Amino acid sequence: MKSILTDRQLAITIERLSHQLIENHLDFSNTVIVGLQPRGIYLSDRIYHNLQQLLPGTDIPYGKIDITFYRDDYKSGKSLHVPNETDIDFSIDNKRVILIDDVLYTGRTIRSAMDALLDFGRPSRVELLVLIDRRFSRELPIQPDYTGRTIDAIITERVKVLWKERDGKDEVVLIA
Amino acid sequence: MHLRMSLSVKHLLGIRDLTRQDIELIFQTADQFKEVLQRPIKKVPTLRDTTIVNVFFENSTRTRISFELAEKRLGADVVNFSASGSSVSKGETLIDTVNNILSMKVDMVVMRHSATGAPHFLSKHINVPIVNAGDGINEHPTQALLDAFSIREKLGGVEGKKIAICGDIMHSRVALSNIYCLKKLGAEVTVVGPPTLIPKHIAQALDVNVSYNIREALEWADVANVLRIQLERQNMPLFSSLREYSLAYGVNRKLLDSLKKDIVIMHPGPINRGVELSSDVADSGQSIILDQVENGVATRMAVLYLLGRNE
Repeated sequence: MKSILTDRQLAITIERLSHQLIENHLDFSNTVIVGLQPRGIYLSDRIYHNLQQLLPGTDIPYGKIDITFYRDDYKSGKSLHVPNETDIDFSIDNKRVILIDDVLYTGRTIRSAMDALLDFGRPSRVELLVLIDRRFSRELPIQPDYTGRTIDAIITERVKVLWKERDGKDEVVLIA
Repeated sequence: MHLRMSLSVKHLLGIRDLTRQDIELIFQTADQFKEVLQRPIKKVPTLRDTTIVNVFFENSTRTRISFELAEKRLGADVVNFSASGSSVSKGETLIDTVNNILSMKVDMVVMRHSATGAPHFLSKHINVPIVNAGDGINEHPTQALLDAFSIREKLGGVEGKKIAICGDIMHSRVALSNIYCLKKLGAEVTVVGPPTLIPKHIAQALDVNVSYNIREALEWADVANVLRIQLERQNMPLFSSLREYSLAYGVNRKLLDSLKKDIVIMHPGPINRGVELSSDVADSGQSIILDQVENGVATRMAVLYLLGRNE
């Protein structure tokens, strides 16, 4: 197991991503944030929290989306997925949506997420923010707009993002 | 995290065959489908490559519409079959009928039949998942699931709750499925009705309390699930008249107002207003009858989702 980001590096990376979002979205008056269940929400929680601190008084709509019912492997996958909660209690019509997930790998999850998202309305634009971009392993033409760290890992390796809230510590590791 | 789980059964023939974990998995999945049904677009593409046939050998309003909506909102293709107007009247057998439908590449069967055990029999002869939508006087599993789901939603849980099932216990598949489901989830159950409509030995066989006094039973209960008198299944007189039944066992405003607390009123439908349930109770704030109907779609979506992979 190899460490890719320590807890301190992870905090700095999330801080940088938050600033990059402000650079592009300024006052967030027309922007909403949507975190992907199940593991993307830890990153989106942190970013949402950061943005609230950096932009006091701004009320950014923040939701969570689960893609289980939109997967393309319902029948072909190894086993059935149990769905997680979706919670989007605002309109995304004509909004700029920032979609947040922890690791971008084949791109299939993001494809499903975009299908799920579009069932809630017609956003003016959708952007993708990921903590880890495993480039060279894409199966669909999907690229992130904001990236924490780009890594080259082979298929047999696994990237895992650990979160204090759920795993007891903040760290990104590569498991061979 | 992404839990990977599946039901312990291949078909949903009865609650009798399910484990408590199965029921909880169905509820957990139904919670998410309930959210889907609140969206601007109340439809997901999950079963888009699945064709489901609804085979109804017996009349139905709610169950049939509810299954069809559940199937369509999961993106499945739906075919409907009613025995009336079909070749069943020309003498075609159940297995032949269903096999002919399946040879047209159908992936799942939802079946209602007036004969007890019809879906169990069918399950031994075909290899696609079957969902029992009511068989004779045996079981109506999805009704029990949506009833328990509605209790869980209204009271925050089912464990330890006291449920009175009132009326024609003898001929009701809803009663039997409800008893299995509620007991598996840790609820206490009392069946109440005239002695002629309550099977002998039910207390020992199914571990429920038996009462012949509606007031006593409702005084004890948190929830009353009031059943319809199944006149179509009774072939001899089991009580003197509907009027007398209503006087002795009907749930009305006066009876509810005389209880020490407000209880939740449920009914699986169709209601015979003024017989087992009065209109001022059925339409009151204590009644969750229409919530039951609403929850039926989400619960059936969960069952179809969990069985549709045909594992």
